[in-house]
Amino acid sequence: MANNALTASCSVRNFKKIDGTRPSVKQGNARLNAVLATILKRLGLGLATLFVVSGIIFSSISMLPGDFSEAVLGQAATQETVAAFRKELGLDKSAPVRYFEWVGSVLQGDLGTSFSGRNASGQDRSRQVSDLVMPRLWNTLFLAGVTALIAVPLALFLGLTAALYRNTAYDRIVNALTLTTISTPEFFVAYILILFLASLWPVFPSLANIDATTDLGERLYRVALPALTLTLVIVAHMMRMTRAAIINLLASPYIEMARLKGASQSEIILKHALPNAWSPIATVIAFNLAYLVVGVVVVEVVFVYPGIGQLMVDAVTSRDIPVVQACALIFAATYILLNLTADIIGIVTNPRLLHPR
Amino acid sequence: MSEQPETYTAAAEVGAVRKRRTRLERAGLLLKSAPPSAWFGMIVVTLYILVAIFADVLAPYGEAEIHPAAFAPWSDEFFFGTDQIGRDVLTRLIYGARNTMGIALATTFLSFLIGGGLGLAAAINRSWLDQALSRFVDVLMAIPSLIFALMLLSIFGSTITSLILIIAVLDSTRVFRLTRAVAVNVAVMDYVEAAKLRGEGLSWIMRREILPNIMPPLVAEFGLRFCFVFLTIAALSFLGVGIQPPTADWGSMVRANASLIQFAKYDMTAAITPLLPAAAIALLTVAVNFIVDWFLQKTSGLRDDK
Repeated sequence: MANNALTASCSVRNFKKIDGTRPSVKQGNARLNAVLATILKRLGLGLATLFVVSGIIFSSISMLPGDFSEAVLGQAATQETVAAFRKELGLDKSAPVRYFEWVGSVLQGDLGTSFSGRNASGQDRSRQVSDLVMPRLWNTLFLAGVTALIAVPLALFLGLTAALYRNTAYDRIVNALTLTTISTPEFFVAYILILFLASLWPVFPSLANIDATTDLGERLYRVALPALTLTLVIVAHMMRMTRAAIINLLASPYIEMARLKGASQSEIILKHALPNAWSPIATVIAFNLAYLVVGVVVVEVVFVYPGIGQLMVDAVTSRDIPVVQACALIFAATYILLNLTADIIGIVTNPRLLHPR
Repeated sequence: MSEQPETYTAAAEVGAVRKRRTRLERAGLLLKSAPPSAWFGMIVVTLYILVAIFADVLAPYGEAEIHPAAFAPWSDEFFFGTDQIGRDVLTRLIYGARNTMGIALATTFLSFLIGGGLGLAAAINRSWLDQALSRFVDVLMAIPSLIFALMLLSIFGSTITSLILIIAVLDSTRVFRLTRAVAVNVAVMDYVEAAKLRGEGLSWIMRREILPNIMPPLVAEFGLRFCFVFLTIAALSFLGVGIQPPTADWGSMVRANASLIQFAKYDMTAAITPLLPAAAIALLTVAVNFIVDWFLQKTSGLRDDK
């Protein structure tokens, strides 16, 4: 009897074991699939958004009041030049056809031709929008890249140390400073930096005029002030969020456990809190890089930096719609992509999202 | 027997009529409990409003009055000097308070009217209207608002009306999100259900049943939105596509006098001139933020850490 019972229990245990391992593999696959499905859904949503946004940007040209061909070509434009201009813009075709043609040419890198440089006599000295945009896009990316390289490590360091030395004088000073930089306009920060670092003590140049021939060292020297301004603006946000994320985690029971175990404060933050804080921090970094895209416009104008933001402002002033459209499309696409990245990082690094209910 | 009895009796205390504080007394007590940062904020905002209202009385010269001396230094005649075409900087600063704050306030009100109204309607309806509005707002929020505003301004031109309308519509997306989020929780309450069964219309339910219960977060959001709109308008004016001259405005004043910063070594006051309007913008946003912080703590006990 006893023997029988033993084998029975053994077989039950074995059965359980076999049965126990199989669902877990299945569950793992299911989880992975769920994550993949969520990511794919996000990607699809992002693409759909990009599609609709491009539609809005495209339709802006047909919202122009009146007949803008006369405004562009001048009052003295003849009927033929106006007709030719309208034909070139494709205004003789229906809107959906124009939209798909526009998307097709944008995907091939053709952004149309600028409005400026045209006149009434039908002479066309206008330039390709892509020729105007491309070199400036690289300049802007360079500035944003330099800023990100300085700002992200600095923000993480400040946020971590502020969380580590919470409620000390150091924490209060960093907090007060960042709160001030958050609520001041970018151009105020920029001009104060110019006042101290370019005018009173001329360490850096106040004009960041670079061109294709400028070498890397000179470039870095020239973009120092714009990069510093942008850094000050975005570090504040990132640092506060890092600090808040860490402090939020410090209240959880497993941190209490580590503390009772006798771990030191820095060990708790670096070994226990930080790994779980990565997801909110990564999201904040991506969001702030997206914010950088907007902040760059004002800063480029202050420092006369030949980037895409300045190009857009100039084009808005002269109402050069093709250039405005191209710039808006680039800015919007970057913004959407960075936000999408933030979302995906959030999904991948958040363990709770791996267990859908 | 007119003198008060010295002894304490519980019956007397219970029997005494509880004195009801008037609104003024309650406001006084509330102000007394305000932290110094909130006091600072309130004083600054009051000063700004006074300057904006009494601009005509305070300003020493006319808003667009041009004097022969361009870029005049600080003196008794021109307290902060004159700008690039000889207009008194102090006068423009005072009028700028009225113009910039007025336009920002009008824009914020309009964006709350649009966003708040649609948000409430979406929270009550919860079907096709909610879906349509929410998806539309998602798309609008996918484009950075400064870029969108620049694009729309290039189409409709930089008049004050189009500036107010464009920024109000773009900003109302965020108001819509918040209003919908807080109103959804209230819209399922029994008394709202009762009002619906009573046969009240959409507008009554929005105004009389839901709105009073979601006021605190909306008021706090109003302060923050005002700051944001104010900074956006200042940035657009600074870029030269916002408020157009000769209307005095802080953003464009910074841009116009920016070249003076180069002379900091020779004349510090000249270098500070373009920073004055920028500092005025920064001071107002900081002050409003302080008040909103205090208000949020007061109404919901919300704190960002601890």
